[in-house]
Amino acid sequence: MTDQATRAAGPAPSPQRAARDVPDVPKEPVFTTQDLNIHYGSFHAVTDVSMEFGKNEITALIGPSGCGKSTVLRCLNRMNDLIPAARVSGEVRYHGIELYGPKIDPIEVRRRIGMVFQKANPFPKSIYDNIAYGPRVTGMKVDNMDDLVEQTLRRAALWDEVKDKLKQNAYGLSGGQQQRLCIARAIATNPDVVLMDEPCSALDPIATLRIEELMAELRELYTIIIVTHNMQQAARVSDRTAFFTVKVNETTGDRTGGLVEYDRTTKIFENPSDQRTEGYISGRFG
Amino acid sequence: MTIVSAPIEPPSVEPPLSLEPSSRRLGEKAIVALLFAAAALAVLITVGIVLAIAGPTVEFFRQIPFSRFFSTEPWAPNFVPDGFGVYSILAGTASIVLYSCMIALPAGLGAAIYLNEYASHRARKILKPVLEVLEGIPTVVYGLFALAFVAPLLQQIWPTFLPGKLGDPPGFQFVLSAGVVLGIMIIPTVASVSQDAMSAIPGGLREAAYGLGSTKMQVATKVVVPSAFSGIVASFVLGLSRAVGETMVVLMAAGAIANLTLWPNDPVLTMTAFIGRTATGDVGFGTTTYYTLFAVAALLFVITLVINTISIALVRKFREVYE
Repeated sequence: MTDQATRAAGPAPSPQRAARDVPDVPKEPVFTTQDLNIHYGSFHAVTDVSMEFGKNEITALIGPSGCGKSTVLRCLNRMNDLIPAARVSGEVRYHGIELYGPKIDPIEVRRRIGMVFQKANPFPKSIYDNIAYGPRVTGMKVDNMDDLVEQTLRRAALWDEVKDKLKQNAYGLSGGQQQRLCIARAIATNPDVVLMDEPCSALDPIATLRIEELMAELRELYTIIIVTHNMQQAARVSDRTAFFTVKVNETTGDRTGGLVEYDRTTKIFENPSDQRTEGYISGRFG
Repeated sequence: MTIVSAPIEPPSVEPPLSLEPSSRRLGEKAIVALLFAAAALAVLITVGIVLAIAGPTVEFFRQIPFSRFFSTEPWAPNFVPDGFGVYSILAGTASIVLYSCMIALPAGLGAAIYLNEYASHRARKILKPVLEVLEGIPTVVYGLFALAFVAPLLQQIWPTFLPGKLGDPPGFQFVLSAGVVLGIMIIPTVASVSQDAMSAIPGGLREAAYGLGSTKMQVATKVVVPSAFSGIVASFVLGLSRAVGETMVVLMAAGAIANLTLWPNDPVLTMTAFIGRTATGDVGFGTTTYYTLFAVAALLFVITLVINTISIALVRKFREVYE
């Protein structure tokens, strides 16, 4: 695991990016969760998560495996609906609207809240068609698809590398390029939020760096929430960090994921209030 | 995290060191030979069949010229005056394939899409075994079903208001009833092979499509079907080959009249039905009729070979490598 390796390598990572003014609490919350609980069948995966995600901020969700961070992420655009046994209770509000309300169409939700996955998953189509897929299925009004594709690829810092092979199959790209293509595909429909589920865990350090740079640029336009195993990454790119961990019920032995501490990234990495957070970021626990 | 490393003794190397095999491993050699024989048997049998067909076929063409066989003259190998125009029974096969595939391919693909993309876990658990049972019903039962149920039903509801030939009510045995039943018979094959192909596409593609706000329909038609296209083509070709080769249903329900026609309400004789009917009758060894059987069999063999070759080419062309 790169996670283990990087953690063993040295002292706790510190935020390196030029300081950005991050208010104590998000000024304009995009998502608000209140006592969010997620079950998979009889397994209580996530317990009582209450937090706010700020607009045009990068929020990182970190924590050991099984702590529920990916589950929380997937609950924000209703991807958990695809798992038949998944059950969500508590409140998730998106711009004030209850996401799990009776009249909410998950398809409309996902059209506004895009997602990038752990493993790059371009469609077995051309680079061009990968980008054009979202605008086509959502029925977006596009004056000139060629322009949209170019603009999107430029925004994803991929244009120069692929402009001569737009009609070639996306599987011809390298792993890092494929992942940036997936990011481009996600932003082609101009979503409000982009969720990223360990987007760099399968990439080498150089490709990872490029994606991190990309995220910093995209923050100006989108709200980004990223799950990562890599604490340096969280420290480098995010404005806020939420630390999750696995909580074990002492009497039953049941394990469940939960939120331990959520604050500005600088605070989490320089002066965490909870011992478990400090233990995790300094590599002593987890 | 501390790594505790216990001192490990290196394995002792005591002379005399030998790296030669400790036994001759005859059992393993025997098994390899057995497995090879099993693989070789399939090839040998194929070669044997080709040779067995080839000899009498050559004899047939010594007696009847190519130009008579590949012609539109009437098909009457055991009549006087005789006729050997294979186009009549080729048309019979073609029309059976046409009508059965018109039913089997769309319905099979539809069933596969439903099973893979829409069906709930419970529905799938019930439907898949039912489809597989349908696959196991003997073809003679399907033939009976065509004769006793589908043909009378079609006769009753035949759209006689249609102009011209198409409006004529069909007789007791005709192409469409056999084609419909054959189509139903092939649905499970097409559906199960297509569905296997669809369920084999990486889950990440489906997730990506849903993540972009696709509807189920869009996921199915724009991502799943194109990604599984090579497997779907393979299922179609498999269905097609079954329609070409099927004997019992067409023997029972399609009629026995060699007819150069594609009309759905005509009776036809297919190539397989000709072989089945004639070979079970009174055929003297060495007669021209006897050799005709082999000539038709050889033609069937060539047709299926061509279909399979095309299918392999198609499958290769559309195969996606997800890496």
